[in-house]
Amino acid sequence: MSAATGVIKDLEERGHGAFVENVDDDRMVINMGPVHPATHGVLRLLLELDGETVISCEPIIGYLHTGMEKECEDQNWRSAVTIVTRMDYLAPFFNEQAYSLAVESLLGVEVPPRGKYIRTLMAELNRLSSHFVWFGTQALDMGAMSGMFYGFREREVVLDFFEMVTGLRMNHNYIIPGGVWEDLPAEWEPVCRRIAEIVPNRIDEYEELLSRNPIYLERTRGVGVLSSSDAGALGATGPMARAAGVDWDLRRDVAYDAYGDLDFDVPLRTDGDVYARYEVRMAEMRESIRLIRQLIDGMPSGDYKNMDTKLTPPPRSELNRSMEAVIHHFKLVTQGYTVPAGEVYRAVESPRGELGVYAVSDGGTSPYRLRVRDPSFVNLQCLPVMTLGGLVADLIAAIASIDPVMGGVDR
Amino acid sequence: MLDITLNTWQILIIKILVILTVVPVGAIVGGYAEHKVMAHLQHRLGPMYPGGFHGWATTVADGIKFLFKEDIIPAAADKKVFSLAPAAIMVPIIMIYLVIPIDAALVVEDLDVGIFYLLAVSSLSTIGILMAGWSSANKYALIGALRSAAQLIAYELPIVLSAAAVAMLAGTLSLNGIVEAQRFPFALWPPGLGLALFLVFVTGAVAEMTRIPFDMPVAESEIITGPFTEYTGMRYIFSHLFAEMGHLVAFGGIATTLFLGGYRPVIPWEPLELIPGFVWFAVKTMFMIFLFLWIRPTFPRVREDQLQKFAWKFLIPLSLVLILATGAWVLYV
Repeated sequence: MSAATGVIKDLEERGHGAFVENVDDDRMVINMGPVHPATHGVLRLLLELDGETVISCEPIIGYLHTGMEKECEDQNWRSAVTIVTRMDYLAPFFNEQAYSLAVESLLGVEVPPRGKYIRTLMAELNRLSSHFVWFGTQALDMGAMSGMFYGFREREVVLDFFEMVTGLRMNHNYIIPGGVWEDLPAEWEPVCRRIAEIVPNRIDEYEELLSRNPIYLERTRGVGVLSSSDAGALGATGPMARAAGVDWDLRRDVAYDAYGDLDFDVPLRTDGDVYARYEVRMAEMRESIRLIRQLIDGMPSGDYKNMDTKLTPPPRSELNRSMEAVIHHFKLVTQGYTVPAGEVYRAVESPRGELGVYAVSDGGTSPYRLRVRDPSFVNLQCLPVMTLGGLVADLIAAIASIDPVMGGVDR
Repeated sequence: MLDITLNTWQILIIKILVILTVVPVGAIVGGYAEHKVMAHLQHRLGPMYPGGFHGWATTVADGIKFLFKEDIIPAAADKKVFSLAPAAIMVPIIMIYLVIPIDAALVVEDLDVGIFYLLAVSSLSTIGILMAGWSSANKYALIGALRSAAQLIAYELPIVLSAAAVAMLAGTLSLNGIVEAQRFPFALWPPGLGLALFLVFVTGAVAEMTRIPFDMPVAESEIITGPFTEYTGMRYIFSHLFAEMGHLVAFGGIATTLFLGGYRPVIPWEPLELIPGFVWFAVKTMFMIFLFLWIRPTFPRVREDQLQKFAWKFLIPLSLVLILATGAWVLYV
């Protein structure tokens, strides 16, 4: 028997194969996913049910694995952003930001103030658009299908702004090591102010729809509870941990990019149930609006990316006049910049938690190794703890409250 | 005046044809209404293209699409039961339509025990759902079927009790008799009591139709489509779509007949009597259907155990109290 057959046999025996058999007559072993309306993509859960009570729950992942981390090793440092941005596809700016921070640390370059502010602005808008999707899916999974349409309606407004700035609705490739790729377009300010004006009203609408709805409260209070000690032990971060009372937010506690200049609160709850996560995310959306207003008001002028010609190609106009510009342009376009040998870990606070990038350079023009610590992946391992002893309906509510993005989990 | 005399068999055949047309047409119109009402409640347009004007032919196109789908019976399924289940679900729903009086003389059969027959028949389709869930050889289908059965037991009682109160007040079991007894909406009722009975009935009806917030038997985010997970094509239409819409229209008609004065005008005013009874019936039924459709985009889904708690600890005691109050009213007032 070859090693491969052994592994397959082992997987089949543990129920990881496609077909699962009931253990005995009292308990039902059931495959939820990878194709299932409420598993947020291709998450597969191997459930053991006693009636409708969940006895065991094993998340099985890998159905969306595309080897993106490995793929980055074949790209130069600049173009790896293109791949990184596709990992957690609901939070592309955060992927780019974490990666860029890591590369900048290795390079030892500074981002000009305007570049930092633009990054922070885009990240906060992205937090809004990501939370809108969470709101929509959380509502839909609980049967409140109107929430889905409301959430996506507002997300569209934010995505239109992204398209205006970056040319794309998702996978922007906009935040790059050294700053951002393009300056904001001329009419960005009124559009941004309009978003900051309408979104709070829409969040009020959401709250009216669900926050005091007795059915919603019954379904979410005391359901999917994750204690603060479990959150710590399992490495949960972001709204998951803050809803359990872990007061940790990288924006405040590490203060990367422009967050040091800004004034904001970190919403905290102690219940650790689905409703606490709901409240934390709702409050976070309002905080994001506060941050966006400050960022619009405080947007500095000046360069939007580091203009060092070792990092950024010189303007086209100079290519006709300066030999040095031609050389820099040629080197950057054909080979890309080199990054000094070393290793670094930088993390940002993504809508789902701590999104970290661990980058290793051997002094070459492409990453030697790139590892992404995606919050969805880590938060997902809390699922069994949260759901054991609950009903199938509670499991669905708990998955939605983790807000996993399978693109980020499998990378 | 045309003088046509038909023998019993000819009348029977006409009645059968009428009912077999009314049910699918009702389902198609109801389906379209659901698309559009829900869309507008959710700030969107809904289907706009099929047929030209506001997508009026959407449900027709849907039906034709389902007609062309492959008819799949799972290899592990109990084939006979699996094929019979859609019929077992659909036939009782069609049978509901037999006794609903659309106008004073426009009713297929004016049974003396109309309300009794109605309640008996309306819960029969659960047998079909259990058949579908068990024979599919699918675990989700089984869970859905069991949820459906549990729900039936919990929610049939409030419906029966509130309908019984109506029969007590009207003093008859015949549906035509009930309409004639109350003349206009809530006319029979002692103030407040009528509305309470109506709300109990509507709650029970929503659960009986397995619509949100009581749609756990087919909760798509939990158990796909419950008992109908394995069904495709026409079998799916008959077991799920027609059944859901047929139930919706039927319960709209039942609620109209029991509580809203059926084919009688809404207020006792002479000129309104000129409008034909079936128009009043249609308007009131549409109002009821709109009410049912309105509930769906408004509420989240409750959990199975919460539903049972709500039914046994609140709704059934409440309807028992209501029936006592009705009895007291009939006896002493």
